[in-house]
Amino acid sequence: MLKIKNLDVYYGKLYTLKKVSLHIKRGEIVTLIGSNGAGKTTLLNTVSGLIKPASGNIVFEDKEISKETPEKIVKIGISQVPEGRLIFKTLTVEENLLLGAYSQYSLKKKKQIQEDMGGVYNLFPKLKERKNQLAGTLSGGEQQMLAIGRALMAKPKLLLLDEPSMGLAPTIIKEVFEHIVELRQLYGLTVLLVEQNAKSALKIADRGYVLETGRVILEGTAEDLLLNKDVQRAYLGRDLDAEERI
Amino acid sequence: MIWDKEKECIEREELAQLQLEKLQSTIHRVYRNVPFYRRIFDKYGIDPDSFGSIEDINKIPFTTKNDLRENYPYGLFAVPLREVVRIHTSSGTTGMPIVVGYTKNDLKIWTELVARVLSAGGITKDDVIQIAFNYGLFTGAFGFHYGAEKIGASVIPVSIENPKKQIKILQDYRTTAIISTPSYALLIANTLIEMDINPNSLSLRFGLFGAEPWSERMRQEIEEKLKITATDNYGLSEIMGPGVAGECLEKKGLHIQEDHFFFEIIDPQTLEPVKEGETGELVITTLSKEAFPVLRFRTGDLTRFLPGECPCGRTFRRIDRIMGRTDDMIIIRGMKIFPSQIEAILYEIEGKQPNYQIILERHSGADHMNILLEMSEDIFSDVMREQTQLLNTIKERIASEFGLSVNVKLVEKHSIEKIGEKIKRVIDKR
Repeated sequence: MLKIKNLDVYYGKLYTLKKVSLHIKRGEIVTLIGSNGAGKTTLLNTVSGLIKPASGNIVFEDKEISKETPEKIVKIGISQVPEGRLIFKTLTVEENLLLGAYSQYSLKKKKQIQEDMGGVYNLFPKLKERKNQLAGTLSGGEQQMLAIGRALMAKPKLLLLDEPSMGLAPTIIKEVFEHIVELRQLYGLTVLLVEQNAKSALKIADRGYVLETGRVILEGTAEDLLLNKDVQRAYLGRDLDAEERI
Repeated sequence: MIWDKEKECIEREELAQLQLEKLQSTIHRVYRNVPFYRRIFDKYGIDPDSFGSIEDINKIPFTTKNDLRENYPYGLFAVPLREVVRIHTSSGTTGMPIVVGYTKNDLKIWTELVARVLSAGGITKDDVIQIAFNYGLFTGAFGFHYGAEKIGASVIPVSIENPKKQIKILQDYRTTAIISTPSYALLIANTLIEMDINPNSLSLRFGLFGAEPWSERMRQEIEEKLKITATDNYGLSEIMGPGVAGECLEKKGLHIQEDHFFFEIIDPQTLEPVKEGETGELVITTLSKEAFPVLRFRTGDLTRFLPGECPCGRTFRRIDRIMGRTDDMIIIRGMKIFPSQIEAILYEIEGKQPNYQIILERHSGADHMNILLEMSEDIFSDVMREQTQLLNTIKERIASEFGLSVNVKLVEKHSIEKIGEKIKRVIDKR
């Protein structure tokens, strides 16, 4: 579905991505793990058109999209849930969701948009309960669900999720990740998930890529990556030697 | 049966993307973790970030068996030893062995790839598999062992035993598949005949043979004598062990596991890629290995890519059966001849696996080929005339096939010197 080949991205004179290649098949959950500054968010922003690559290809459903505008990219079916949610705190929950549908918006489609909103409320009943509340009054987990719900309103085929677990309590993280799996089951969505919380991400993903200083240094099935000692040491927060000593 | 349809029937375009991704990450890991490769990259000014297509692989110099040997034992490991969960060595008959390590993931992938080869050769969970490879440092037995268990077959780890004991197990345990070298299978088949046991009384149906070059004639002989379907498979410890390539039941060449390895075929003299379909030396790059990755390893094995698609549905390309070793390749009067080609002729004329040796000599500037052929009960004849006739037939066949006149000499049985179990096929005295 998405095929990225030799993506070079520069920030000023410094590269942030160096010949990155990766692919996602329809219906897959693929995770991109790596430490802070490895280039994960840059990659998502490049796919969604917010950053233009210096070179390389991004092919989505057989169309080259690396030179398209973010608006166009949303329309052809890629939505991003940004890091830190970036919801409009002074608007209500429902208004936030409606904003997510702007790419779909036309008077004729009003009914369709209402239906889509019903779908989001089904997925996240808490948002329905609070639909007239200001978004700023929601808890962190609810805000994350709102951000995902807002992205769904654009009716994406591919969802880009940037650090959905950030700032959330472990039990809430679990809930959010369960929702991500649900998205695939219910909507047949394909997901590219960027996470520092590698363990949670690898548990729900099919495959993963490990990014280090802008390069993919490891790729494989999520199962293989969980077994890889480098991944365990660097990203799963396990000091193996310490464990062995205990 | 196709074990992993998603991978083994992958679209070629998708495969190209996968290979590129894996090559790029392998190169980054190797550059960071293996001093030997980092030195090579730095020495030749190869930028690890400069690999934009799989073809860029040709920037990297070849890795030779000697490079591996010089880094004995652990010099080329890309992970610390504590992450290695298994160690094997190559079955090198000369010099230092090559020590190969496996991480948990390496073993997992190895097991998967062997399961693919076994499935391609007809094995299912209902089979009872007799493994007649030596369990030890050699990768053959353990590789097949875990792959067969993965499929769910019943594994009998017999190892190397005398043929009569193998036959007793074949009979009593109702073995349905045997895994060994082809020559060992032939030994069992011949012992069966000596013991006057009807092969139809056995439950044996399949045989997967590898670890040494063999011919189509030998396959026929094994299939007829054991009443089985015999397939060829290929692997080497330096790369992984068995599971690198294997025949499907079409028996038209060995599918190579292109999602985990990248294969090239080069001219062993010029080191340039051969023309499509020509025979040359197989070169392999590992794309998934964690503990012991190798880049462009010269296997020393001679084969060629087979053209076209296989009716079985697998999209992985096929190589021809291994024709021999590059060390054995004979260049005489500008012609390249492989011992396996001579062997095929001897086999055909003699009607059985020949014991022979090729000796190359130079007399006053001209190259000569002498073939020593061991006598067997079948050839041995008191009638001088029959012997002369046999020798003449061989000479004529070789002359008509290669335009080369050779000397053929009959020698006593067991008189050709062996190194270990093997006869050195070519002695070059030039």
